[in-house]
Amino acid sequence: MLEAGLTPAMRVLADLLESRTGQKLSEARRWRIETSLKPVLKAHRLSSLDSLAAAIIADAGGALAQAAVDALLNNETCFFRDAQLFRMVADDLFPALMAADGRGRRERTLHLWCAGCSTGQEAYSLAMLFRTHQDRWPDWRLRITATDISAEAIGRARQGLFSQNEVQRGLPINELLRWFEPSGDQWRIDPSLREMIDFRAANLFDERPPAHPYAAVFCRNVLLYFSGERKSRLLDILSRALDSGGYLLLGAGETVIGQRSQFVASHQFRGVYERIGAPLFDPVI
Amino acid sequence: MQNGTREANMKNCLVVDDSKVIRKVARHILESLNIRVSEACDGRDALNQCQNAEHDVVLLDWNMPVMSGMEFLQQLSSINVARPKVIFCTTENGLGHIRAALDAGADEYVMKPFDRDILESKLQQVGVI
Ligand SMILES: C[S@@+](CC[C@H](N)C(=O)[O-])C[C@H]1O[C@@H](n2cnc3c(N)ncnc32)[C@H](O)[C@@H]1O
Repeated sequence: MLEAGLTPAMRVLADLLESRTGQKLSEARRWRIETSLKPVLKAHRLSSLDSLAAAIIADAGGALAQAAVDALLNNETCFFRDAQLFRMVADDLFPALMAADGRGRRERTLHLWCAGCSTGQEAYSLAMLFRTHQDRWPDWRLRITATDISAEAIGRARQGLFSQNEVQRGLPINELLRWFEPSGDQWRIDPSLREMIDFRAANLFDERPPAHPYAAVFCRNVLLYFSGERKSRLLDILSRALDSGGYLLLGAGETVIGQRSQFVASHQFRGVYERIGAPLFDPVI
Repeated sequence: MQNGTREANMKNCLVVDDSKVIRKVARHILESLNIRVSEACDGRDALNQCQNAEHDVVLLDWNMPVMSGMEFLQQLSSINVARPKVIFCTTENGLGHIRAALDAGADEYVMKPFDRDILESKLQQVGVI
């Protein structure tokens, strides 16, 4: 059981994380809980996890609880994470989405949702990919809604500033040259890419998904730490946000198998799930 | 037998750097990625080694005594061997240097300091792993 070996203070923090985000405190994180929370302890002049837990209980709605949750989330990401998938997206998925009947085709705009986008690398990778091959679809536009529960991660994503370390993970050097400018000891991404993306801090379990039926939802490396029941709820939410015939892309090793059946494995695209049934989307007016 | 096959399939990397410490760190990381490593301490030494043995990839410092990484790269095409992939690995982190390296035929570029994730990512970019 996950519970075993948790001190009372860790229990408070694990419960807080789960009630806010649906994420279970991962095994790996449990071992590093104190390291992860050290900056929070320091910023709030707290001496131990026990005092942090006590302070959170005293002010559960406050900034401290939010900061602790942020610190416990796994924000791990990189540009073009799983390069093969991105090749498939450019070569096969984008063209298929453009060929599909639906609102996107009428508007000549592809609407994508990056759900759990962390500091933005996934959304920016999609934007780079789309623009790099723009000559294949000269009269199409791409609009990405990118959401994450961590306000801090979204703040960084919006800034579009990445460290030297971050721009060297997954990003080919030619893409760095093409899309980034040095800015102090960081790298600033081309503002025209940023304009294609609407970054928003939002919980995936919010009542309504962000407006628009999406042609595809990227929800990668997010389901990992959700319980089975949470996963089903999330898949419901994602399916409601998708066009019928739209696609769901998960992280390597994540699956909808064993969950509800609004999704079937796509015959055409490996590791991609297709939304089946009538559209459920009720437009937000 | 099986071990032998695996050995034979291992990729070779030549690490070219005048710093012993950097060579050691790079070796450690590369070996953990199952890559066989040889070392050279400047461009001249590297050229000699490239003449004598084939390498899949060269991890190349820029500023070195005797012969710089850039000179090495310019002379590499004149020697008659299968051209290894070349990844610059240097503290020269400006756009000008990166462009010059790519113009001279480098395949990838690592800005120091580097770590395992970065090297792994760059080796994937050039198709060595
Ligand atoms: C490991 S990152 C994955 C980032 C990116 N999708 C990728 O694959 O590289 C998971 C992200 O999911 C976010 N997340 C976790 N629970 C969430 C929730 N309930 N609502 C929104 N975002 C959530 C975390 O803050 C984190 O940034």
